[in-house]
Amino acid sequence: MEARAADEQDEAADARLLADLRAGDDAAYERLVRRYGARLLATARRLLRHEEDARDAVQDAFLQAFRGLDRFQGDARLSTWLHRIVVNAALMKLRTRRRKPESSIEELLPRFLEDGHMAEAAAPWRDGTDAALEREETRELVRRGIDRLPESYRTVLVLRDLEELDTAETSALLGIGTDAVKTRLHRARQALRQILDPHLRSGSLP
Amino acid sequence: MTRPLLTCKQLIDFLDGYVEEELSADERAEFDRHLALCPPCIAYLESYRATVRLGRSALAPSEEEAPNDVPEALVHAILAARRRSGA
Repeated sequence: MEARAADEQDEAADARLLADLRAGDDAAYERLVRRYGARLLATARRLLRHEEDARDAVQDAFLQAFRGLDRFQGDARLSTWLHRIVVNAALMKLRTRRRKPESSIEELLPRFLEDGHMAEAAAPWRDGTDAALEREETRELVRRGIDRLPESYRTVLVLRDLEELDTAETSALLGIGTDAVKTRLHRARQALRQILDPHLRSGSLP
Repeated sequence: MTRPLLTCKQLIDFLDGYVEEELSADERAEFDRHLALCPPCIAYLESYRATVRLGRSALAPSEEEAPNDVPEALVHAILAARRRSGA
């Protein structure tokens, strides 16, 4: 109930903000930036991992949003609409940025024997893996692991698992097929699992 | 005649479909039949699921980062760029 009341308050605040923006109220632009800036910046940072690029992407996103306000239909949430814009702006930035040659993901994928068994049998992870997340060092370990993924895999993991876009949206934004999105997501998760495995399997030090 | 069991490779190659519940009932049953007999694949499945949860939580803003914490310089830069562009 409380969550629903907060949701309704959010929607009412968005509606007021939109009305003020459309009426040309100058202060409303600043309200929009302050209301959504932090969330948009968090998304841009996850995708770009570079503070200056992330801020540039957020700035580009807000300017696009200001210009596109007339096209914003009330059928999407304002937050969802802005989120899509910043994801797009960050991906544009990612494309124009000089690319480092991408490392191969193959070495991080499971290996199999000819008969289809795992070359190295997977072992269970420690109990309380999730509780360990409350520790900053575990979060850092996972973040570093994600950073080790080749960029085209990391981007798909961030869009699907963190930004919670669906396969079709991710496919459209990246200009690759839905099968490629699925394959990259699966491989990215497998590779991250492989990176975390020595730290989290039972018997390893917590 | 019962079909031969899936290999570990087949199971792991299509594990995302199993986790995302995109498999048909028959395919799911094949997966479950393999898992019932293969502790390493259960370990793999559980750690794969944990990886997805860990990734999600690790990149979510931490409690120290207040959700409204947008750098002042960025706010000013955006508003100045708007004035320049006449948006």
